[in-house]
Amino acid sequence: FSFFNISPVQWLVQVGASAGKALPQRVKIVEVGPRDGLQNEKTLVPTEVKIHLIDMLSEAGLPVIEATSFVSPEWVPQMADQVEVMKGINRRPGVSYPVLTPNLKGFQAAVKAGAAEVAIFGAASELFSKKNINCSVDESLQRFEEVTKAAKEAGVRVRGYVSCVLGCPYEGQVSPDKVAQVAKRLYSMGCYEISLGDTIGVGTPGGMAELLEAVSREVPVDALAVHCHDTYGQALANILIALQMGISVVDSSVAGLGGCPYAQGASGNVATEDVVYMLHGLGIQTGVDLPKLMDAGAFICRSLNRKTSSKVAQATCKL
Amino acid sequence: MGNFPTTVKHCLSYEELIQDYPWLARWLQEEKRALTHEYPEYVKIVEVGPRDGLQNEKEMVPTGVKIQLIDMLSETGLPVIEATSFVSSKWVPQMADHTEVLQAIHRSSHVRYPVLTPNMHGFQDAVAAGATEVAVFGSASETFSRKNINCSIDESILRFEEVICTAKQRQIPVRGYVSCALGCPYEGPIESTKVAEVVKRLYELGCYEVSLGDTIGVGTPGSMAKMLHSVKKEVPSSALAVHCHDTYGQALANILTALQMGICTVDSSVAGLGGCPYAQGASGNVSTEDVLYMLHGMGIKTGVDLSKVIEAGDFICKALNRKTNSKVAQARGDYSVHCRMKKINT
Repeated sequence: FSFFNISPVQWLVQVGASAGKALPQRVKIVEVGPRDGLQNEKTLVPTEVKIHLIDMLSEAGLPVIEATSFVSPEWVPQMADQVEVMKGINRRPGVSYPVLTPNLKGFQAAVKAGAAEVAIFGAASELFSKKNINCSVDESLQRFEEVTKAAKEAGVRVRGYVSCVLGCPYEGQVSPDKVAQVAKRLYSMGCYEISLGDTIGVGTPGGMAELLEAVSREVPVDALAVHCHDTYGQALANILIALQMGISVVDSSVAGLGGCPYAQGASGNVATEDVVYMLHGLGIQTGVDLPKLMDAGAFICRSLNRKTSSKVAQATCKL
Repeated sequence: MGNFPTTVKHCLSYEELIQDYPWLARWLQEEKRALTHEYPEYVKIVEVGPRDGLQNEKEMVPTGVKIQLIDMLSETGLPVIEATSFVSSKWVPQMADHTEVLQAIHRSSHVRYPVLTPNMHGFQDAVAAGATEVAVFGSASETFSRKNINCSIDESILRFEEVICTAKQRQIPVRGYVSCALGCPYEGPIESTKVAEVVKRLYELGCYEVSLGDTIGVGTPGSMAKMLHSVKKEVPSSALAVHCHDTYGQALANILTALQMGICTVDSSVAGLGGCPYAQGASGNVSTEDVLYMLHGMGIKTGVDLSKVIEAGDFICKALNRKTNSKVAQARGDYSVHCRMKKINT
């Protein structure tokens, strides 16, 4: 009994779990600053500033830049200029500019404004889903099916997000199996990639490993991404574990834009500069030009009149 | 698929396989454990806030505040608290009250209170003041050694040899530090073999433990792994510690890497006290609170009560009139979230 020149044990382990893999040679960074970042900043940002930020990020070599969100401006005033932003940005060839579309109406508006890729947001916690988008997880997934169907017909790619994968501000602990179920449904609906979000940043490497083990049984690891928040300082450690488990797509936000709405004064998204510093230090390619990225971070922080949350940007000591 | 045995067809559906062979799930877990990372069950935290932390804070801290900080830290379960430094007050005014601090702190029987002793003079003063453990500081970079303590690495080790010999005679344990283990502000990257050489010398002279310092925080998991790989060839892991600075936000990832490589002693500083003297406005030491949060979340024991450390951090930050550098302390500031999150990690 020997298939493919490895022992039966090794083969069975590879079937059942993904562990101890070598680090990926290349990691795709999904820059969420202009959407997830700005959405969670208190100061309203002028449209031209948003457009300039996205253009600077395109120049920095980021392959994916989440540009805006087609939600109702009543709920998210920061994203009210969604159409203007989509039409105003200078789209670099080879760069993807996904936009959030919470429902069919948002999707249609996005496509009309020229979107070629959209994103939908599920949650692994019932309470969070109810409080955040006023419906159960199942109801939200049904809503998203409308979007994914329409997207398929229009030839538009869809990225899926799952929030609260390592903890919920209302429910506390979240079961990895529940996350896996939601991820699986989004993937079967047609999402090409599922981003697993540690929405309140409470996760630690042990929990991240357990989560990825459960989810990668239902969704291929190549179709998974991690979206770690740095609210408890755990983001880079969690990202490292994810890389060790075969993940090669990481979401982050320039200058660590976007606080945590659930913990007053606390930080939210992990800073792209800090992630890129770690990846480059590990010899992993990203295609990102760190100095240009830092310029973009400095620009948006000046506009927002705030300090950067990126430690790399704060450190002036150059090696 | 006709020629494939049933096992292969089953393997295409992991769930079905587990249903038919329930013992397989347990067996796979055991095999997987062998391929995945092993972490230590217990990690010793060496709290350097009162010395390394305060030494690098601009504000002069009154002696009474230092004593109260150390006393609060002694109640948290921390096993080692670096209390002060017997350097000349001309060089480090913040540590001028070393004797007073050492004599006034309430020494818990469960805690060790090492003090820095850069030379024999400092060592004698420390012993006279009641020190029961001391620490010496070497460097893996020649330029850093010359700029920091005005002599070469070799000369500094000769100086420490005197201290270590005398300490041995008096049965006073000595901890060694090696700075610039992952990079130097003057020389740039440092060869891991050079680090290993200096660590080995300190260990062979008689240091019971050597702490590897990423002095400017430039290290990443890759360079940490490479350095530890070289050092572990010369000194057992049980005698090694990591002292990571968070100047570039890499500390926890670097600490995680060290744990994966068998290191089980970590230096950190309450509230992330102590900026980086080489990078204006940048942070320095990694926060004890953030390290504890990670370790406890991973099921690793430390014996330390995180909420008490947060309290000590709050106290010293108020006294210094500065914000904490600890993300955990910042997040826990919101009490309502804190209550719910207690279910997840304490």
